[in-house]
Amino acid sequence: MKTKLLSAAVAAVMAAAPALADLTIVDTSYRTGPYAANGIPFSDGYQDYFTLLNERDGGIGGEAINLVECETGYNTEKGVECYEATKGAGNGALVYQPLSTGITYQLIPKATADGIPLHTMGYGRTSAKNGKVFEWVFNYPANYWDGASHAITHILEQNDGDISGKSIALVYHNSAYGKEPIRTLEGLAEKHGYDLTLLAVDHPGQEQKSQWLQIRREKPDYVIMWGWGVMNQVAIQEAVNIRFPMENFIGVWWSGSENDVKAAGDRANGYKALTFHNIGSDYPVYDDIQTHVVETGKAAGAGDQIGSVLYNRGMYAAMLAAEAIKTAQDMHGTSAINAAQMRDGMENLEMTEEKMAAIGLPNFGPEFKVSCENHGGNGFGAVSQWDAEAGEFKLITEYFQSDQDVLGPLVEEDSMAFAEENGIEMRCN
Amino acid sequence: MFYREAGDFKTSYTEDSQTFPIKFDRYRYYAVLVAAFAVVPFFINDYWVNAVFLPFLIYSIAAIGLNILVGYCGQVSLGTGGFMAVGAYACYKLMTSFPDVNIFFHVIFAGGITAGVCVLFGLPSLRIKGFYLAVATLAAQFFLVWMFNRVSWFYNYSASGQISAPERTVFGAPVTGAETAPWAAYLFCLVFTVACALLARNLTRGMAGRKWMAIRDMDIAAEIIGVNPLRAKLTAFMVSGFFVGISGALFFAVYLGAVEVGEAFGINKSFLVLFMVIIGGLGSIFGSFAGAAFLVLLPVLLKNVLVGGLGWPTDLAAHLEFMIVGGMIIIFLIAEPHGLAQLWRVAKEKLRLWPFPH
Repeated sequence: MKTKLLSAAVAAVMAAAPALADLTIVDTSYRTGPYAANGIPFSDGYQDYFTLLNERDGGIGGEAINLVECETGYNTEKGVECYEATKGAGNGALVYQPLSTGITYQLIPKATADGIPLHTMGYGRTSAKNGKVFEWVFNYPANYWDGASHAITHILEQNDGDISGKSIALVYHNSAYGKEPIRTLEGLAEKHGYDLTLLAVDHPGQEQKSQWLQIRREKPDYVIMWGWGVMNQVAIQEAVNIRFPMENFIGVWWSGSENDVKAAGDRANGYKALTFHNIGSDYPVYDDIQTHVVETGKAAGAGDQIGSVLYNRGMYAAMLAAEAIKTAQDMHGTSAINAAQMRDGMENLEMTEEKMAAIGLPNFGPEFKVSCENHGGNGFGAVSQWDAEAGEFKLITEYFQSDQDVLGPLVEEDSMAFAEENGIEMRCN
Repeated sequence: MFYREAGDFKTSYTEDSQTFPIKFDRYRYYAVLVAAFAVVPFFINDYWVNAVFLPFLIYSIAAIGLNILVGYCGQVSLGTGGFMAVGAYACYKLMTSFPDVNIFFHVIFAGGITAGVCVLFGLPSLRIKGFYLAVATLAAQFFLVWMFNRVSWFYNYSASGQISAPERTVFGAPVTGAETAPWAAYLFCLVFTVACALLARNLTRGMAGRKWMAIRDMDIAAEIIGVNPLRAKLTAFMVSGFFVGISGALFFAVYLGAVEVGEAFGINKSFLVLFMVIIGGLGSIFGSFAGAAFLVLLPVLLKNVLVGGLGWPTDLAAHLEFMIVGGMIIIFLIAEPHGLAQLWRVAKEKLRLWPFPH
């Protein structure tokens, strides 16, 4: 046992001292386990964008980016291990993007104590939108409660603004992630008068027969899904099996990638998913990725995910991080920023159409501005639909805003409860 | 050479029946304790505590608890994850309901509550044995996880269903929450681990342990010689539940800080702890530690060597890690079916005579 400890010590020391670099970005990815199908494209996109910046521009503001990858397997214990192992890498990690709501909940107190910003883009703790309470956590450009509201707004539009008496079922991953939208959907049910049925699916989500049997029996008008990993594929397959009308089946943005629908074949045609960024690879930045990353053989993973929905999302996350770094560099007049300066950069981030066009991603995401009070952006999203024949998702709506009248008080309530529990003083006064 | 008994005379019953009768063994044990309490706390950082020491110490307690049930009393249990969840949720409810009481007592009470729950689910053991009992405890696993997911009172009606540990202090030093210093979390868990190991060791050496072992070896014979199977089995479930509950409480409050029942205390956890007990050695306290060390430290070590040392891709390393750990489990069990503890025993026997075996 002692020798084991000793060798573990040696190995850990080796692990804790990777190549010295200036801007350290940690990619806590998961390329193994039941969530790998969704974890791989996101991680590839996240890494490729930083590789592109290194190859094409020599980093950001002249500072090279040191990319450290750590495999979490979507497991909280491994996530904690990854965080502790990588937070001191190089000159210190600048930002964490855990891509797991469970790990996010672990990291919120830890990262706050260590002073490292977290960017939980479209996941994590929704009430982190309230920057007055959550100094180090950001979830722009949209969060789960925005997503729930987007889905209901879309259903409202299809029914000419009246959905009272309609029944809506929520199929959700039985975890912190899947439970997040329930409160919002209940709040919206009061406002719009629909009936909400809750159907929980346990981790990892391969077994959903009974849930879909219930849907088949009760025939809800709409099904909303909060799924991830293998659960998405199984749910869409089950929906196809019971011949549920796919255009009435709406997944959150984590349930809308090609991997999720392709397995179900042509009959998945018409499945809808939310998104907060654009889809496809028809952007100038992809040409640069092709020349500087793919052709030089530096693409992450197998390099076969480029242009997929989750690849785009990973790249979008990396792009937002890079823009925040640029903002921080401008603000502090130094190119070698630290985590605290990175936080300032994130808090003052403003995404405009000109900026995105200059990057090579025109009209890729909604415009938004982060502020001290608002760490969550403006809550714009759109609906995409799967076209099985073309083999791609297509946007079918413009970006529209979530119901801020309902969400605002909910965010306020939940974040205040957190502040009270943890004795946090309000900022931004 | 080592482990010499020559000249090591025992002149009283107390000396003769001490835990480590061989002098060398005893001093080694003291040295480990001194190192653990007085040396390690000065050298550990966040990484060492969170990736190595806390999981090792906490899983050791769980393995000791399960070892009492499976190894000493012969009652197979697959409900460890569920019982750890009871400890965690009991600790959470106590922490939030009585914030003024010291966390130390909350952890002990959490163990007590788990002991009660464990006895309840141990009742079927009076009628069913072996694999059938394993299935009954499996039901406990699924029922408990379902209950903690379903009944929102257990997680204080939070929106996400997560429980998160508020900051609590011992002698002014925080041991839960984000501000915890590495040494504080480490020492807090170490105290529990050492106390549990001592308690378990002495229980198993005494009358209670002999009754458990009698039931394990042949329950009808045990009944004939006067062991009450009801009491023996239920005490085993109770003591086991107490330890497992403590480990669950520490796992939640000190190690992770925020927990989601399905993910943290799922069936995988039950199997993990059962494997620790089997690989470490059934019916051995040292085996519990060895098993926990093997299954907690080996993956971390492999990851650091493969990714940190050799720079391999993380997914390849993660897959290889499964294969290597799995392979080593098979090799160990073929080479020594009685676990790491038996290897250690054999090594000690050899060292006693070394270098003159004849």
